[in-house]
Amino acid sequence: MVLQPRYVTWIKTAAFFACLIPLARLAWLGVHNRLGANPIEYITHSSGWWTLAFLLITLSVTPLRRLLNQPWLLRLRRMFGLFAFFYACLHFTTYVWLDQFFDWPEIVKDVGKRPFITVGFSAFVLLIPLAATSTNAMVKRLGGRRWQILHRLVYAIAALGVLHFWWLVKKDITEPFIFASLLALVLIIRLLYLLKQQRSASPPSAARSQVA
Amino acid sequence: MLIRRPTGIKPSEITSQSLYRGRREFIRAAAVLGTAGGLAAASLLTPRDARSATKFADLKKGPFNTDEPLTAFESITTYNNYYEFGTDKEDPSANAGKLKTRPWTVKVEGEVKKPRTFDIEDLLKLAPLEERIYRMRCVEGWSMVIPWVGYPLSDLIKRVEPTGNAKFLEFYTLLDPEQMPGQKQPILDWPYVEGLRMDEAMHPLTLLSVGLYGRPLPNQNGAPVRMVVPWKYGFKSAKSIVRIRFTSQQPKVSWELSAPNEYGFYSNVNPTVDHPRWSQAKERRIGEFRKRETLMFNGYGDQVAGLYAGMDLKKFF
Repeated sequence: MVLQPRYVTWIKTAAFFACLIPLARLAWLGVHNRLGANPIEYITHSSGWWTLAFLLITLSVTPLRRLLNQPWLLRLRRMFGLFAFFYACLHFTTYVWLDQFFDWPEIVKDVGKRPFITVGFSAFVLLIPLAATSTNAMVKRLGGRRWQILHRLVYAIAALGVLHFWWLVKKDITEPFIFASLLALVLIIRLLYLLKQQRSASPPSAARSQVA
Repeated sequence: MLIRRPTGIKPSEITSQSLYRGRREFIRAAAVLGTAGGLAAASLLTPRDARSATKFADLKKGPFNTDEPLTAFESITTYNNYYEFGTDKEDPSANAGKLKTRPWTVKVEGEVKKPRTFDIEDLLKLAPLEERIYRMRCVEGWSMVIPWVGYPLSDLIKRVEPTGNAKFLEFYTLLDPEQMPGQKQPILDWPYVEGLRMDEAMHPLTLLSVGLYGRPLPNQNGAPVRMVVPWKYGFKSAKSIVRIRFTSQQPKVSWELSAPNEYGFYSNVNPTVDHPRWSQAKERRIGEFRKRETLMFNGYGDQVAGLYAGMDLKKFF
């Protein structure tokens, strides 16, 4: 099935607004004083949760595109990735501003001393070059091959993000476990496709360019 | 995490602090009159608030009360940790409805001359109830100011006459996964067990609590009877207690068993000893925006520092 380009544009527009729902929800809860007894913690957890969710959504695009044979899905991937970065910025800003209130010595100490903050901060820093090189112009400038190698960092970022969540919770690891399982799933699907392509007769260069 | 929308009480249903104070004054006056009519009038005057009927009538003001602003009733009752009802802060208020707090007994046993099983109604009358306004510091880095109702645990301890071997106390929370759905998950080794050293348990700050904000404890806050040990992190104060055992050995307590490198037996509030995963130097008082400095022994150092003289608190954290 091939979707007409105008349908893809509509879907993309609808997806853009859907991606803003978690932010709109936080704003609505805030205005109506429904963020609970500890609003800063609520915003921190919610923005962090959605960062991980968008990272996983981004990483699901390629497996879904292949399994469902819907090539147009690829056109949503950059937007999902940028929303992951957007919610990561919200998460980081909440921590620096609302939680620590720009107490830089304390923040530096936190990042260096607390493993869960170290990995979370690393993941955030690694996201920056990916967001910065997300434009078509940057893809051209880097060249497709180098761009692709750089953007494989997203696997490490997602793993660090899940670890950040895992190490944060006090005892009940149910949710981090779900995120870890989903991440493992999308990575395993990629691996299976890679093995399949290596076994098939297609030339290696073509197989490589399929892995994204 | 924390995606659930807070359920429960609407802001319009919350007793404001001024109304609360006013009502306390009124009930005090009613108690002075000492007539059933007076109390009936009190409940008639606030017909919207069904809980007022069960308010404690004659609380005396306890010693050690802080004059800091009280944390809102809604916050105290909808944001807390009580893993027996789930691990999110909103879970206890959402899931504690099934807990039956009557009939209820507390078995007191072990190294005592007069072991006894107390009915909750007898426990309520064992000593005069006081209002104790204490700071509460959670190990997670947030804090509240809570007007508890209760009496010193020492009043109970004296009744059962500990033997010379009694060096520690163990507190057991109810074990019943039907009433406490969180116990269906092996998050901790149920039942929840906490413990105190004998001198900590006898300390006049250590409270056996049966209420807050002038009324019986809501289920989610540890009804019908719980401990309050204000200079220790909140988890040291066992909730919904069914058994107290006096022992000669230091008890193995739930959080210490679960993660010995993170939670020690003493767990005194200490801004200089960090949790392995986060700093304990500061805390967020619920309702406040900026964090505040955490005080040694949660600000009760004048009263309790002597209990730990000569101890290395970095080792005995």
